[in-house]
Amino acid sequence: MLVKTSSDGIKDLLSRYGDSLLADTRPGFGGYFIKTEQLVPFCRSLRDEAGYDYLSSVTGVDNFPEDQMEVVYHFYKTIGGPAFVLKVQASRHETVIPSLTPLYPGVEFQECEAWDLLGIRFEGHPDLRRILMWEGFEGFPLRKDWREPFFEDENKPFKSRWPDGHVLRTEEENPYKNNVQYPAAFDPDQWIPAGDAALYEGLLSLTKEGQSDFKTDHIVVNLGPQHPSTHGVFRMVVALEGETVLSLKPVMGYLHRNHEKIGERNTFVQNMPFTDRLDYISSMSNNFGYALAVEKLMDVHPPERAEYIRVIMAELTRFLSHIFSIGFLLNDLGAFFTPALYAIEERELILDIFEAASGSRMMCNYFRFGGVVRDLPDGVLGKIKDLVIDRLPRKLDEFERYLTKNDIVRVRCEGVGVLKIEEAIGLSAAGPVLRASGVPYDVRKADPYSIYDRFDFDVAYGLHGDIYDRYLVRVEEMRQSLRILKQALRDIPGGAVMNGKPQYQVRVPAGEAYGRVEGPKGELGFYVISNGKPNPWRYHVRAPSFINLTSLSTMAKNQKIADVVALLGSIDIVLGEVDR
Amino acid sequence: MDEELNNPKYEIPPEIQHQVAITTVDKIYNWSRRNSLWPMMFGLACCAVEMIGAAASRYDFSRFGMEVMRASPRQADVMIVSGTVTKKMIPTIVRLYNQMGEPKYVVAMGVCASSGGPFKEGYSVVPGVDRFIPVDVYIPGCPPTPQALLYGLMALQEKIDQQSIQTVRWYKKGDSSPIPIPVLGPDLMDPRDFDLIKRRAQENLQMEEQVSPTNIEEADSHVG
Repeated sequence: MLVKTSSDGIKDLLSRYGDSLLADTRPGFGGYFIKTEQLVPFCRSLRDEAGYDYLSSVTGVDNFPEDQMEVVYHFYKTIGGPAFVLKVQASRHETVIPSLTPLYPGVEFQECEAWDLLGIRFEGHPDLRRILMWEGFEGFPLRKDWREPFFEDENKPFKSRWPDGHVLRTEEENPYKNNVQYPAAFDPDQWIPAGDAALYEGLLSLTKEGQSDFKTDHIVVNLGPQHPSTHGVFRMVVALEGETVLSLKPVMGYLHRNHEKIGERNTFVQNMPFTDRLDYISSMSNNFGYALAVEKLMDVHPPERAEYIRVIMAELTRFLSHIFSIGFLLNDLGAFFTPALYAIEERELILDIFEAASGSRMMCNYFRFGGVVRDLPDGVLGKIKDLVIDRLPRKLDEFERYLTKNDIVRVRCEGVGVLKIEEAIGLSAAGPVLRASGVPYDVRKADPYSIYDRFDFDVAYGLHGDIYDRYLVRVEEMRQSLRILKQALRDIPGGAVMNGKPQYQVRVPAGEAYGRVEGPKGELGFYVISNGKPNPWRYHVRAPSFINLTSLSTMAKNQKIADVVALLGSIDIVLGEVDR
Repeated sequence: MDEELNNPKYEIPPEIQHQVAITTVDKIYNWSRRNSLWPMMFGLACCAVEMIGAAASRYDFSRFGMEVMRASPRQADVMIVSGTVTKKMIPTIVRLYNQMGEPKYVVAMGVCASSGGPFKEGYSVVPGVDRFIPVDVYIPGCPPTPQALLYGLMALQEKIDQQSIQTVRWYKKGDSSPIPIPVLGPDLMDPRDFDLIKRRAQENLQMEEQVSPTNIEEADSHVG
């Protein structure tokens, strides 16, 4: 799928489809609208002729006042460069849009999510089910006219929680005193839960393709939602023949915490602590992505010192996340808890730094639009230097000495769960999963943000796309992180850490922005639309863990069931980000 | 604790003082239970990471007899509900709770498990796990630090110390009834609330009929 591209490929394309394309001229917006019927042919040309082979993000926007539903696509080239933004509009009442799954299989779950939360039906999608909520749930929660059971007011801050001096609790407002609501005249005795029938049916229809002459029974096994290997509340439904996996479907949503709905009620600053709770192992990276997106809209730039602090924190986070994930990969391989203990030891030391800087170990809430919330306390830079120059490289060497050439690790990991290069791009895999398959695509290099263009570092990538390469890529990335950290610690200037005065209520001009960072798990994107009010109109997270899971069933096919556990460990998901 | 355990206020003859210990059944029973509380290996969300941190070398809750995390509810004594409880997950949690053998305890770790926390207003979140299963100890924090978790577990130990074998529920006569498992309907349905749901749904229907435009016209014509 790596095609030769001419530099003016996109211009040709735009003139050829001139009739059905329309530039988005709303102030603050960009990209092109395309007619629904031309979407698939245009995207095919975009992929094959213009080289936009990586469809990063698909999401819907409910333009409630205009009575329209919009789908927004962000295309990138894996050789680097800015985005191509494409939009499709449809009616809010009967929203049908052709699916892009035949061209970009990586949109499968994202389209399911748009169907689940916004009610956009994608025609031609192989398995359009509710993915975060359950089958049978009433309504599409992210639509602007849908109100949750504990609804209080359209926007925060609420006028008063103490009307007439009495505390108002949402429980007392709700007739059920609980976070539920039911349609009028609903009879619970008549209700038949949809259950998992559709899921199992979809799974077994996949297995019928490659049946051998032997008459064997295919059995369906559920791993999760409560399972020690799933890193949280995640469920894999596996169809097995003997011990071989015929097909696998991930089931998620067990930690769906309506991040986006809450985000659209909150003010811009109020969302910052919520981003911490997305990928709760690497909260600083999440802050970074969201701050970048809103800063793009506000057109503010943090002072130099704040940029360096941001990079230091983001790279420490990357180290922390990778060492944690390797520890737990070994857990999944059967080395129960001992390697993880080594990893957690280093994690604690990095968390000490986070605690000193932000006041909290895990949920740092440290970034603000135009800087960071406060300067590093005295002595913290010295502590970071000690860690980065002395302890962490030493510990990383120790880790590698135990693991990299370990026979058991190699036998279990080499050649297992291979994701080929063209599959990885098509499935929109990101981060170490994509790079281990041989695509040296790193947002820090491909589309540099913040001050990453000043640092000297290499992009780690593998060639085989197996579990072992993903492990090696993570180790190498930790080394590169230390390299960046050393340079940042050398060059960090003094001065202010915040642009202007800290504000509780920021003014964000109308427009759209897509801020993306290379998080530890992959490309983390925040798509924010502002309409000039104190709250975002649309707030969407392109979650790398969620989209990386799209490739899980491809990787797991024809593997042994025991390897599926290791495979999941090598993708390194965090459920807070998968389900949001 | 140990000294107290060995001090039943009975006089022991001096010749057997070092060979015999006298204590009460309650004390020895509670002492052994409180020092081998096996948590269920069951992480829900962010708090689970801090729970792992509490199990690891720096905080190390095995010092208090809790190191044996069991993935099976049958072998666990305490369920640490570590994270946001969603509507999709609560049937599983209730089922797991029902599967745990008595005596069983529940610790709600973090504000999400205690009350819904920052996600309370969301459509897919259960505002506190205590809406469905009984909770023994609530630990505030988002997430609680490992120290806070340890303190919560020690509070649970104190609770165990005060229990008496004569009054605990699992030695009472009669069967213990499992908690009915919630059903995923158009929204989460608690089987104990079915009557309420039916009643309210009927009331809603009547209210809708009253305010619908045709009825208003009819009402007007009656007046006219």
